[in-house]
Amino acid sequence: MSALLLARIQFAFTIGFHFLFPAMTLGTTLIILISETLFLTKKDEVYKKITDFLVKLLGLIFVIGAATGIVMEFSFGTNWSGYSRAVGDVFGPILAAEGVIAFFLESVFIGVLIFARNKVSPKVYWLSALLVFLGGHLSAFWIVVANSWMQTPAGYAINEAGKIVLTSFTDAVFNPSTIIRFCHTVMASWMTCAIILAGIAGYYVRKGLHGQTARTMLKISIILFAVTPLLQLATGHIHAIEVINMQPEKAAAFEGHFNTAKGVTLYAVGFVDEQNEKTYGIYAPKGLSFLYNFDWNSEIKGLKDFPKENWPPVNFVFQAYHIMAGIGILSIALGLLGAYLLWTKKIYENKLYLFILPFLIPLPHIAHETGWIAAEVGRQPWIIYKLMKTADAASVVVTAGEIAFSLIIFCLIYLLLAVMFIKLFVKIIKKGPAV
Amino acid sequence: MENIQNFQILWFVLILILFIGYSLLDGFDLGIGALLPLIGKTKEEKDILINSIGPIWDGNEVWLITGGGALFAAFPHAYATAFSGFYLAMMLVLFALIFRAVSIEFRSHDDARAGIWEKAFFAGSALAALLFGVVLGNVVYGVPLDNKMEFTGNFFTLLRPVPLLFGVTGFAAILLQGASYAVMKTEGELQERSFRAVGILTWVNFITAITYFLTIAFTFQDITSNWLFYVAILCTLLWLAEILFSIKKKHDSAPFWESSCSFIGLWLAVAAVHFPNLIKASNDQNLSITIYNSSTGLQTLKLMSVIALIGMPVVVAYTIFVYRIFKGKTKASDHY
Repeated sequence: MSALLLARIQFAFTIGFHFLFPAMTLGTTLIILISETLFLTKKDEVYKKITDFLVKLLGLIFVIGAATGIVMEFSFGTNWSGYSRAVGDVFGPILAAEGVIAFFLESVFIGVLIFARNKVSPKVYWLSALLVFLGGHLSAFWIVVANSWMQTPAGYAINEAGKIVLTSFTDAVFNPSTIIRFCHTVMASWMTCAIILAGIAGYYVRKGLHGQTARTMLKISIILFAVTPLLQLATGHIHAIEVINMQPEKAAAFEGHFNTAKGVTLYAVGFVDEQNEKTYGIYAPKGLSFLYNFDWNSEIKGLKDFPKENWPPVNFVFQAYHIMAGIGILSIALGLLGAYLLWTKKIYENKLYLFILPFLIPLPHIAHETGWIAAEVGRQPWIIYKLMKTADAASVVVTAGEIAFSLIIFCLIYLLLAVMFIKLFVKIIKKGPAV
Repeated sequence: MENIQNFQILWFVLILILFIGYSLLDGFDLGIGALLPLIGKTKEEKDILINSIGPIWDGNEVWLITGGGALFAAFPHAYATAFSGFYLAMMLVLFALIFRAVSIEFRSHDDARAGIWEKAFFAGSALAALLFGVVLGNVVYGVPLDNKMEFTGNFFTLLRPVPLLFGVTGFAAILLQGASYAVMKTEGELQERSFRAVGILTWVNFITAITYFLTIAFTFQDITSNWLFYVAILCTLLWLAEILFSIKKKHDSAPFWESSCSFIGLWLAVAAVHFPNLIKASNDQNLSITIYNSSTGLQTLKLMSVIALIGMPVVVAYTIFVYRIFKGKTKASDHY
């Protein structure tokens, strides 16, 4: 295998593994903030127990996120030094701002959340929960800025030496895809944690464990589970329109759409025959055109309008995108069903629904992994859309053998982390909130 | 042009400050890790040592992340050359940092394998503490570079005597940070043992620091006319001597501050000998990566200055606020 391909595999593997953890962190900090706010206002010990329980999970999630996150910051230099040399002017300040403005806040106050329940007043503790929530979301904001700039670069110019220089930091930060990508990413994370907590609480309630604490956890999580997938549908819709406008090749690959046409179909499931440039599957006629601007006959560009060497791998992107969307739709249905059961107060006795809940926990993870695969592989062959190719970004001095070596070690270490994480996560859940 | 040079110099200083901040703060928690089997004899003592850094090590590591980000933003060629050129060494740093991070958390939930996680914590901390100095030693001593700023050596290029001496010197300083932090945060028999460790390590630091300064003086001849180099020597040696007085009087927080000051002296020597280089070329001085030939543009440097000069004081302020929550002696039960 070439050094380039190995570097891509290593980046995909390490970022894919890493993302699982910050995705869980954000939603957890939201639910902690909710339960701690309720504790401060209602003075009900149940909320304190929920906070304390979630803080234990957060400690475990956060540490793996932090440990695997530093790998990502190093990787731009270690594996993508061509990229680093080219984009230091724009990309560097985004990473540095993330450290100064966000990581410190999150990392310093998470120490208070985990270790200082009995050392600070309830108000300072609540403030720490708020600051960890803010720090986490600011971290997400800055890294989404970094990614969005690679998708829809703005705020730069190319000077006479052919170098990318910064012209407007505001334009670079608020490039055309930042805000919507941030909303879509954060909502994915909230949804993930709504489903995780619903799974845990559902298990407790079905087994008759932890009484009122478990019921309250279930209530909070089901409300979030009903709301977040719907909001995610909205952000997903706006994001898809942004992609059609800004990165039409990628949008066309999402739907396996080859020929520019009016009244373009929307596939539920399908398969792209890349050889014959045809897509098969179950579809809604004119669906994509309708969703694009609520006009059944609007025109959407197909892949054939673009040079073939700039196409991403179409079927791969198509499948990833559709797995994500399918899980999104399934989540909406199951979330609304939960809300209905909660509204009619039947949820605590509905053994079947409670039984299903824990099995949903992997779904949001699969959805955000496939969503990112669609977004990132869909951008290929570009590392910065229409500005720099991935092939020109890799480190020139790092050999295939060196990357193969580090990749094998990463696989072994991350396997160990995954096994330990699941083991200890389950252990904390089995121990449950304090009585 | 005059204008951008001021910002390039400013960023040399700011990145130096970030790395000093990292080495002092993560220095003491890496030091605790590397000393864990030596000064923590019982399970309870190990609990106390680990709990003393539990709430804060992660914030300390952000100094490294921010330092790396700042290097990327201010001097991307230095960042790109060092991280890709020293690929295997950087990977070892990462593996070490991963283990030291997760092992503390795993140990607290996994009693059955607590001993394994303690060893992982020790090994990760010690390896990282040693490697940082080796990497720094290489960029200061010089590595072979080509005319595209790419590193042309291999892994074994990094293992030359002078960079290894930097590694050992930094390692000793980090151990002293850890031992003096332990003196500050513990009491009773554990503190006694930590005092003894500080005593021994101070003498070790005298030996490593003097060797380090002499090596620098003989390797970089024109350094002997640089006043900052003498400030650095005095700073390190006088504060090391102060530690000996403080431990005689059983001061429990003074040794930590004195150790930190002596560590800063080691850094000042790097600044004196290295400026304006970022990565010295050992084959031809004209190929060196300096603050002048590797920086980003004026717009980026100005922007970064605003972010850093507003942001970092705020960071320092709330970091102090949180450290004060955890001030005083750590107990074995200080855990969630």
